[in-house]
Amino acid sequence: MSDYTLKTMMNKPERLAPGHRMCAGCGATIAVRAVLRGLHENDHAVIGNATGCLEVSSFMYPYTSWEDSYIHNAFENAGATLSGVETAYHALKKRGKLKEDVNYKFITFGGDGGTYDIGFQSLSGAMERNHDMVYVCYDNGAYMNTGIQRSSATPMYADTTTTPVGTQSVGKMQNRKDLANIIADHDVPYVAQTTFTQNFIDIHKKSEKAIYTEGAAFLNIMAPCPRGWRYETAEIMDVCKMAVETCYWPLFEVDHGNWILNYEPKKKLPIEDFLKSQGRFKHLFKPGNEHLIEEFQAEVDRRWEDLLYKCSK
Amino acid sequence: MAIKDRMSGNEAVAYAIRQVNPDVMPAFPITPSTEIPQMVSTYIANGEMDTEFIPVESEHSSMSATIGAEAAGARSLTATSSAGLALMWEELLLASSNRLPLVLTLVNRTLSGPININCDHSDGMGARDTGWIQIYAENNQEAYDNFIQAYPIAEDKRVHLPVMICQDGFITSHAVENIELLEDEKVKEFVGEYEPEEFLLNPGNPIAVGPYSISNYAMEAKKNQEIAMENSKEVIIEVAEKYRELSGRGFSLFEEYRTEDADYIMLIMGSAAGTAKQAVDDLREQGKKVGVLKLRVFRPFPAKEIAEALKNCKAVAIMDRCESYNGNGGPLGGEVTSALFRFKVMIEAVNYIYGLAGRDFTVSDVCGIFEELEDMIVNGTEIEQFQYIRLR
Repeated sequence: MSDYTLKTMMNKPERLAPGHRMCAGCGATIAVRAVLRGLHENDHAVIGNATGCLEVSSFMYPYTSWEDSYIHNAFENAGATLSGVETAYHALKKRGKLKEDVNYKFITFGGDGGTYDIGFQSLSGAMERNHDMVYVCYDNGAYMNTGIQRSSATPMYADTTTTPVGTQSVGKMQNRKDLANIIADHDVPYVAQTTFTQNFIDIHKKSEKAIYTEGAAFLNIMAPCPRGWRYETAEIMDVCKMAVETCYWPLFEVDHGNWILNYEPKKKLPIEDFLKSQGRFKHLFKPGNEHLIEEFQAEVDRRWEDLLYKCSK
Repeated sequence: MAIKDRMSGNEAVAYAIRQVNPDVMPAFPITPSTEIPQMVSTYIANGEMDTEFIPVESEHSSMSATIGAEAAGARSLTATSSAGLALMWEELLLASSNRLPLVLTLVNRTLSGPININCDHSDGMGARDTGWIQIYAENNQEAYDNFIQAYPIAEDKRVHLPVMICQDGFITSHAVENIELLEDEKVKEFVGEYEPEEFLLNPGNPIAVGPYSISNYAMEAKKNQEIAMENSKEVIIEVAEKYRELSGRGFSLFEEYRTEDADYIMLIMGSAAGTAKQAVDDLREQGKKVGVLKLRVFRPFPAKEIAEALKNCKAVAIMDRCESYNGNGGPLGGEVTSALFRFKVMIEAVNYIYGLAGRDFTVSDVCGIFEELEDMIVNGTEIEQFQYIRLR
């Protein structure tokens, strides 16, 4: 890792070919490419994918963007499907049908719909059974593929198409589920939360570690969606930076039960700095809604304190 | 030399699984199929087979993982019953549309509600349009024989479809009967090695499975799947023939029991065929010209062959161990009458619903049905064309 530079990394052969149909500026493909750069060049991979934007846009018959073997099965079962693939690998190796020196790694991608919600059971089962695989959630905080409906990953007060802001509504009424925490409680070998930061070193280190840690690993990657969040597409890096600097999306990892905070802002910025560039939170800045921002801030603070406590042990 | 033993249907299938020794088996317990994964786990624990077993957290996941393993290039299977099959429904369609030759051993049990653990065919019939080959067994022997034939049918290049091997819950799965088993080596030789053409774990030849397909391509994919189902008929017959040479047992698409000169035939599937045959033997002693057509292969549906087999009788009793809730009859009732019409076999055909959720079905019930058919033909008595047997 000492020789990491973004330039060297970007010179690695791409494992997700261009020409797919994802939106310009989509966070999901940025996440996928960053994760796949964590694979060592000589290693093979089988990529799994839950139904969602990424799947319908990257593998449209007869074209595929995936350089590695790839399987999409359905929406709610990416964890179980890759469990089967990974087990097949062990079975075929054991029976001499795959050469000893051939290495495969198993990585599956799902959005927050396929991961936090409909695929939660399948994910939990795969993690508990400790398959040697990485489950990567590209979390854009709503069901974007079907048109920006709320998920359990949607933050409170976000304006979505099933929690629309109106005269009787200020957006989603519930807090988001903390999935990295929940998967860490499965006692899997490795869990990490990350997003796109300067140089992409955090996501790179965590991807490589997740892929090369034996047993189950889970990566939760905040991957903004310009359509759903309604920010200027070119500003994705600023949006991610503010998520980290406000401690809305802290960077941490849980390595064999050891909680590690990867970044602590020198000065924690107010949550408005994250919210204000996004159209989904526009209503929070209307006069009379100050208390909503205060409540949002209080929840961010509560979770941050909880994380600091876990990491100080 | 065949091995003579006594086994339940579940034991027989687990024994066959041990002999085939597939690569991967994900499974989740559900009555009455639970014993199968239990017995396989015990075989593995004792080193009698080395299949990788995945104790998944649901049946949806068991079929999902089976699909993943099979797509990866591993010979795979799972087992289930009733609600477990219903939960898999979405995945059954993916197994067949992805043309994966995996196997599911189904122990037939009714679907809820009311929740009930006993036998009928509503689980298998509910999956009748999912693109799976379905083969039904009368007894433990047939469950064993059918399982051994499953992979040679599924993996044939003309087919490439998943196969469901069905036996009746409790009646077959738990009752212990005599059985003849083949030697391990003979089974291994018959089933052969799995050599997939395209699979995920093929270094240097990556593939992508499960695409989004626009309308320009999707309809042809579905037609190709239908062609494979049509092709499977000849493969099922070939494999049955080969198995008959090996074991001296078995039927192809169906068994015709004393039907040559029969005026009245009962068309039935599963364990109740044994009951029907006993009744036929009794009635033949009284000089009645009756017979049984026991359907073995429900998918593909042998419409032409059934019409041919029934064309010389006067009336057929079509026996459904399943309700379709369409106000018009059971699944076999619909499909058999449609086959008769298509091939212009204009005989009387009465659809009976029997044995739902484990309701008894006896020799006297069969005799009563034959009596009713005869009364209809001989005396011109009008009878209900769709009716329940033993309804309280």
